[in-house]
Amino acid sequence: MQSIEFDPSRRILSVFLYGEIDHHSAREMREKTDIAAGRYRPKLLVLDFSGVTFMDSSGVGLVMGRYRLAQENDFTLLIANPSESIRKLMLLAGLDRLVRIVQTAHSAADTGRGR
Amino acid sequence: MMKTITNSIKIVFPAQSENEALARMAASGFLSVSGVPVGVIAELKTAVSEGVTNAIVHGYRNMSGNVTLELKRFASGRIKIVIRDKGVGIADIKKAMQPLYTTAPEEERAGLGFAIMESFCDKVKVRSSPGCGTAVTLEKYIADEK
Repeated sequence: MQSIEFDPSRRILSVFLYGEIDHHSAREMREKTDIAAGRYRPKLLVLDFSGVTFMDSSGVGLVMGRYRLAQENDFTLLIANPSESIRKLMLLAGLDRLVRIVQTAHSAADTGRGR
Repeated sequence: MMKTITNSIKIVFPAQSENEALARMAASGFLSVSGVPVGVIAELKTAVSEGVTNAIVHGYRNMSGNVTLELKRFASGRIKIVIRDKGVGIADIKKAMQPLYTTAPEEERAGLGFAIMESFCDKVKVRSSPGCGTAVTLEKYIADEK
């Protein structure tokens, strides 16, 4: 599950992911994110994990795939607000060497749809 | 060595991707009532998710069949988890366990399943024969036994 916001002036596409990311749920997240990236042509794609309660290596694959997309289409990818355990898994997979991981004040939880 | 089993559960389910969540719920429920610390439950839940996903994505690729998940809690504090499938099996286990190796890159598999299982468990054992299936055994020792 996810929701998408686009800021046209700064060309920032924010994708708020919710719930559990596994092999089953990752497919839809991947497809919807790629459709939005194709439509809006952002400069920056933010994958916001604040609403994600669980993630396995499927989430790592999801980030790696979007990183590849960013390389090919010349935009920047940012990971925002992963929980402590998800951050641990991201570091274990070495995602921090590809993509910047940040904590932001504004998060998916602020929209009232998170968690 | 104490071999007394204090609690156990076994579930069998069809190799469908929505059952990855079911397997995680069953595992975390079992570990929770067995008094396993929350942090360890989170890690083992991830390990189970990896093992069950492997069985569904790789074991039963383009095939149907059942996955068996079995968890045991021993009086010694040991947790034993076995994930079994009767799918294609693994010809080269050593290669399959290498980080970043995957046979399903088109599905965006990161190839980190075994690496995560090994990082979150004390012991990971894989038994497999091509055409017969695979059994992955995960073990974790819980220090603070009640």
